[in-house]
Amino acid sequence: MSDVVTLRYDVIPGDFIKAGEASSDVKKKLMDIGISPDVIRKTAIAMYEGEINMVIHSLGGYAEISIYPNEITILLVDNGPGIDNVEQAMSAGFTTAPDDIRELGFGAGMGFPNMKKYTDEMIVESQPGIGTRVMMKVNI
Amino acid sequence: MKPRDFLGMKEFNVLCEGNNLDREISVPYCCDLLSVAMANMPAGAAWVTVMANVNTLAVATLTDAACIILAGGVSLDELGQKKVTEQGITVFKTELPIFEAALLVHKHLNG
Repeated sequence: MSDVVTLRYDVIPGDFIKAGEASSDVKKKLMDIGISPDVIRKTAIAMYEGEINMVIHSLGGYAEISIYPNEITILLVDNGPGIDNVEQAMSAGFTTAPDDIRELGFGAGMGFPNMKKYTDEMIVESQPGIGTRVMMKVNI
Repeated sequence: MKPRDFLGMKEFNVLCEGNNLDREISVPYCCDLLSVAMANMPAGAAWVTVMANVNTLAVATLTDAACIILAGGVSLDELGQKKVTEQGITVFKTELPIFEAALLVHKHLNG
């Protein structure tokens, strides 16, 4: 039996409900495995924030969660449009979200900062016109 | 204090008993901006908000809130009611404004 459990979810532009369901599903699965509540909370929040970014800004993609004996990795890959300036996108308060997204309670420029806050490692790679790839790690 | 204690209080009406009636409440927490709530809401919070969309429900689940208290007479729409029932989220509503609702929880927690 492999030591690694991998879960994969499609992320669809505009589909907030599916994003919430995917993160909730990960939370349930981590609870079933017996991961500690603190690690589950960090993983679930970081994944959901990442998914919400993709729901709001991307052309779609997927989230892949891998559970290793000592860490959980969250990989988010989308098909564009990419981020022009990653450093700027990572700074608290910076947002390009439209008003209708703000009315839902998102779009405060806190997505990336929250993801960084709740994970032990985070790498963002983006190519305008191609897509964005976010790798996050939560230590168990 | 547990969400179950709200069942007997005239200020609160239960919209969904959910799975958390007997969870210990850590603190009342007030915020309508979901990103801020996700950044700062402690686990076990009684989350007082007027934001009642499906994303609120996801945030409550993922941050491990004890319950949601919808303040100011706000309620769930049909989709929201379906979701909380499916997911076992404990939700109350109150006519009290956010601050007064949170203060009431605070008084009971610390009283």
